[in-house]
Amino acid sequence: MSNPILEVKDLRVYYKSIWGDYRVVDGVDLTVNKGEILGLAGESGCGKSTLVEGILRLVEPPGFIAGGKVIFKGIDLLSLSEEELRKIRWRQIAYIPQGSMNSLNPVIKVKDQMIDVMIDHGILDKEEAEKRALELLEAVGLPSETADMYPHQLSGGMRQRVIIAMAMSLNPELVVADEPTTALDIVMQKTVLLTIAKLRDDYGSSVILVSHDMAAHAEIADRIAIMYAGKIIEVGDVHDIFKEPAHPYTRMLIDSIPRLEKKILRGIPGLAPSPLRWPSGCRFHSRCPLAKKRCRYEEPSLKSLGAGHLVACHLWG
Amino acid sequence: MARALLEVDNVSKIYSVGFIRKRYIEAVRSISFIIPDKGAFIGLVGESGSGKTTIARMILGLINPSSGEIRYKGRNIFRLSKEEWIEYRKNVQPVFQDPYNAYNPFYRIDRVLRIPIRTFRLASSKEDAEKLIEEAMMAVGLRPEDILGRYPHQLSGGERQRIMLARLHIIKPRLIVADEPLSMVDVSLKARFLNELLKFKKAYGTSCLYITHDLSEAYYISDTLMVLCRGRIVERGPTDSIINNPAHPYTRMLLNSIPIPDPERRWRERIIPKVITGPSRHARGCVFYDNCRFRKERCLKEEPYLVEIEHNHEVACYLYT
Repeated sequence: MSNPILEVKDLRVYYKSIWGDYRVVDGVDLTVNKGEILGLAGESGCGKSTLVEGILRLVEPPGFIAGGKVIFKGIDLLSLSEEELRKIRWRQIAYIPQGSMNSLNPVIKVKDQMIDVMIDHGILDKEEAEKRALELLEAVGLPSETADMYPHQLSGGMRQRVIIAMAMSLNPELVVADEPTTALDIVMQKTVLLTIAKLRDDYGSSVILVSHDMAAHAEIADRIAIMYAGKIIEVGDVHDIFKEPAHPYTRMLIDSIPRLEKKILRGIPGLAPSPLRWPSGCRFHSRCPLAKKRCRYEEPSLKSLGAGHLVACHLWG
Repeated sequence: MARALLEVDNVSKIYSVGFIRKRYIEAVRSISFIIPDKGAFIGLVGESGSGKTTIARMILGLINPSSGEIRYKGRNIFRLSKEEWIEYRKNVQPVFQDPYNAYNPFYRIDRVLRIPIRTFRLASSKEDAEKLIEEAMMAVGLRPEDILGRYPHQLSGGERQRIMLARLHIIKPRLIVADEPLSMVDVSLKARFLNELLKFKKAYGTSCLYITHDLSEAYYISDTLMVLCRGRIVERGPTDSIINNPAHPYTRMLLNSIPIPDPERRWRERIIPKVITGPSRHARGCVFYDNCRFRKERCLKEEPYLVEIEHNHEVACYLYT
């Protein structure tokens, strides 16, 4: 069943500071299977973005990769030279950073920016590149006129879809999209999420979808990983997780989403801890209504509940 | 119906853009609504560019309407005397979108709470003022000894946002104008913020104009909803009536776009909606014409006006007239 394209093993990304290391990503294990959409969820500051930067080896000083492995199709990306890595990054793994819809060049036509990307990576000549650009724009649901427009003439959702089309232009096997729907209106969020789902269906790429929005994951993700305080605390099939969340944190995250049929909302008490000094034991214990004495001293590791559902919580033995 | 606290009467706002070739953009077109006193929570829902923020800014007196009047307790807010204006500013308070930028980084956080006490003369002595601040902080679940004396950057986003609410507890306004207060906030804090805001209704009978693009937030907090599309109210009425029985094609599109946090109930059609954005290209006619599936010739010729289809539930669409 599972056919991993990417395996992250005990990845650690720290940031140096005069107070000590900020252990933002602190031992993450994660698998992405071929052709799946893996949702990565969690509150801001939990390390989602840093995790994907670590996977792509895009961590900038004072951040550094403190340990672990990132195995993409059998190759450990962390052991490659910068030159070798460059060939894989972008070509085989496309990255859509947060807010990248605002990084289009305002004075170059959409079409030409897309063609430039393809030519820079040397896969096509100009004519082919133009044909492909038009195909992709259609695939992301943009009218053909978009090709000759400038970025400022497009709405945020349309620009985001141009970025997605650009990321797809090199036919990547893995697309990493960091908060692609944040700062968009609700209708535009829908268009972007459906675009991502459609591209996976059409091209068979794997996707890591980073979003704090649990509802977005519920709509398009196949599996979902919940991150808290630098670690993955639960991962599994999206249906299982929403039906029977095993970790108290996951349950609280799901219960705190405003929705149309339910009128009582509960937030999560307390504040997310600081990566400078993670709490002892389970990192969630101070906010957890079910915490026992053991949770304060002993850190739970990921345990299997069957069917690929993993959870790190002492409630499960 | 309770006495009107604020009346927005036939208000339009036209912005002119460009220097040599001037163009005019109608951000808000002849809008009228009433905010009653005594705990009315009204949701104003629309996408970006629909004119939501323009309405908020006019109510706060930050920009003038191009035509129409905004009246507070029957008096035009742009014609108030100095004393009346101070009273208005005390009673109509904003909650800002971004709790990160609303603070001056050079001042301690206490100042945010002390300034309104001084401006609006809310305490008779220094002790009174201290007591007021402490009570307000306790009301939003902050420990004064943890927070006072610190600078904004030393506080977390959640704390900064609760300071904003503590400020409202001190001022006790009659009306809170909240413009997308949750767009920058984490899920875990959203629910808490909404519950805190609802407390004002119970505790002081405060009214609230809650502006958002997220219908599920508006559903949670408001008794009445107004749906804004390109500067026009296209539907309004009791919240439950609109959510359970949306009439305008635009409202339906908004509702269908809300992701449901349940993977068993995904969007049924997987078609990417073709959405045309930007100001309406038609001078007359319905503002939703470009995106409407039910459009007829008539929709382009004359603009539909609000008609009642159920008790207090109004819609501006020719499907109903």
